[in-house]
Amino acid sequence: MKRYLIPLAVFIVLVVFLAIGLKLDPKHIPSPFIGKQAPQFDLPVLHNPQQRITTADLKGQVWLLNVWASWCVSCRAEHEVVKRFVAMGVAPVYGLNYKDKPEDGKAWLAALGNPYKSSLIDISGDTGIDWGVYGVPETFVIDKQGIVRYKQVGPLTDTIVDEKIIPLLREINTEAG
Amino acid sequence: MWIRRGLLPVTMVLLFFVSFSSQAAIDAYQFDDQEKEALYKKLIKELRCTVCQNQDIGDSNAELAKDLRRKTYEMISRGEDEEFVLDYMSQRYGDFVLYRPRLNTNTLMLWIGPFIILVIALFLLIRFIRRPADEVPFTETDKAQAEKLLEREEK
Repeated sequence: MKRYLIPLAVFIVLVVFLAIGLKLDPKHIPSPFIGKQAPQFDLPVLHNPQQRITTADLKGQVWLLNVWASWCVSCRAEHEVVKRFVAMGVAPVYGLNYKDKPEDGKAWLAALGNPYKSSLIDISGDTGIDWGVYGVPETFVIDKQGIVRYKQVGPLTDTIVDEKIIPLLREINTEAG
Repeated sequence: MWIRRGLLPVTMVLLFFVSFSSQAAIDAYQFDDQEKEALYKKLIKELRCTVCQNQDIGDSNAELAKDLRRKTYEMISRGEDEEFVLDYMSQRYGDFVLYRPRLNTNTLMLWIGPFIILVIALFLLIRFIRRPADEVPFTETDKAQAEKLLEREEK
C-alpha cells in the first residue's frame, strides 16, 4: 500500500499545479504599478488643447484613468459601462485618448456620449508606454495619495464594476477616514 | 490546363504577401555607430511583445511593438546602456517582458528550481541504486516453489 502512496501524492500535486495553470489567463500580465505611485503625465486636454492636466493636479482625490481610442472596437462596448459607472457618481473618470487623432476621438465621444471628466491626448502613445498599457481598453484606479490600486486590462464589464471597482473604492474611502 | 493557368496569378499574389510580411517588422533606424546598432538588434530580440506574447518586439508588427522599438531606438541612440533599457521596460511592463528574467526573489525558483529537482532526482537515484537487492529474504517455501516450477518446465 505504502509504495503506491508516493506516486499518488506526486500525481495529486501535479494535477493541482496543472489545474491552477489551466485557470490562469496567460494574457493577464500583473501590472508592476499596483501599490506604487502612478506614472507622471502632463498632457493636453482633448476638448481644450491649451489646457494641460498633470498627475499632480489630480492628487487628493480618488480617480479612474480609462484608456480608450476611437479605433478600439471593444472600447465601444465598454463605453456603456463607463457611462453607467460615471452616472453612479462614485469617482471621476479621466480618459486617455490613446494613439488616436484628436478629431476622431472627439467625433467618437460626440456620437457615443462623453462620460469623462476630461480626456487627455496621447497621440504618440508615450504616456501609454509609461503606464504599461498594452491592450486598449485599460482602466486604472488611483487613490488620493496618487497610488495605483487596481488595473483592468481589457473592457470593463458591469460585473467587474460591481464586484471589483465599487468595493475597492469603498475600501479606499474608509482608509482615508 | 485551365486550372494551372488560373492558379498562377493567385500564387504570385500570395508570394507578394509572403515577401511583404517578412519585411514589415524592419524599421529604417539609422545608428551613428555599429555598437549601438548591435545593441539595438540584441535588445529587440530580448524584449517580449506583450500583445502577441510569443513574439519578441523585433518580430512583431503590433503597434505597441513598433512603439517599443522606437523607444528602444531613442534610448540607445541617446547613449543609454542595456541595463537602462531593460529597467525602463520592466518598470512599465514587469519582468514578463524580459525573455531572460532577472534573478530576484520572484524569479528565484525559476532559476534554481530545475537544479533543486536535479539534486533531488540524483539523491533518489543513488539511494535506489545503492539499496541492497536482497531486502526480501529468500525463504524455504520460496525455494520449494521455485523447484516445483523448474520441474514442471523440464517435463
